Amino acid sequence: MSVLVTGAPFDPAAELAAFGAPGGAGAVVSFSGVVRAEAGRVASLRIEHYPGMTETAITAFGDEAAARFSLSAWRVVHRHGQLAAGDPIMMVITAAPHRVDAFRAAEYLMDWLKSRAPFWKCEIGPDGEARWVDATAEDETALSRW
Amino acid sequence: MRVDVLYFAWLRERIGLPREEVETEARTPRELAAQLAAMDDWHRAALSDLGAVRVALDQTLSDWDAPLANAREVAFFPPMTGG
Repeated sequence: MSVLVTGAPFDPAAELAAFGAPGGAGAVVSFSGVVRAEAGRVASLRIEHYPGMTETAITAFGDEAAARFSLSAWRVVHRHGQLAAGDPIMMVITAAPHRVDAFRAAEYLMDWLKSRAPFWKCEIGPDGEARWVDATAEDETALSRW
Repeated sequence: MRVDVLYFAWLRERIGLPREEVETEARTPRELAAQLAAMDDWHRAALSDLGAVRVALDQTLSDWDAPLANAREVAFFPPMTGG
């Protein structure tokens, strides 16, 4: 049951090891997102967020996921600031008695993080040109399945 | 009443400010956005098309026609792109 929104790099393997298998979990699922190079079009990514609201919103999504999917524990880590192609952006870890719930909770959290947590991505091209990433209809549609 | 108005991402860039304090009689976020858009060209460029903007009252996402009530902090920003 924890959220880390950080401007510093993090190590997904270390996060997963530290999480362990709390509460006698029978299933632990983790997902980590990495900055895509987009065939060389993206040199780096700048992520802006809304301090305060970010943590509150993610905690609400996590609490909802825990109730819906009987989680024994969850953790979300999300970067802000300057990232390079290949850097981990974010990570979701869920623990539940059974794997179906752990998988579904991780997907649920990912869908909500993408469209309802106050983060904004700005891609920086190899020429230094910056452009804000548009939200996609697919991300919005993904929420409707829950 | 006085409210802290916050801007993020391209709204912040277009307006040229991350936050400002505003005196308003607006009853809804939509009325507040209209008041701000009338201030100058930069605010108008950011807030003229509310279909491309989201709003939060005291750090909770809100509808455009919800009561502003006694919100202290109103934030305008583009659709979120986390994850």
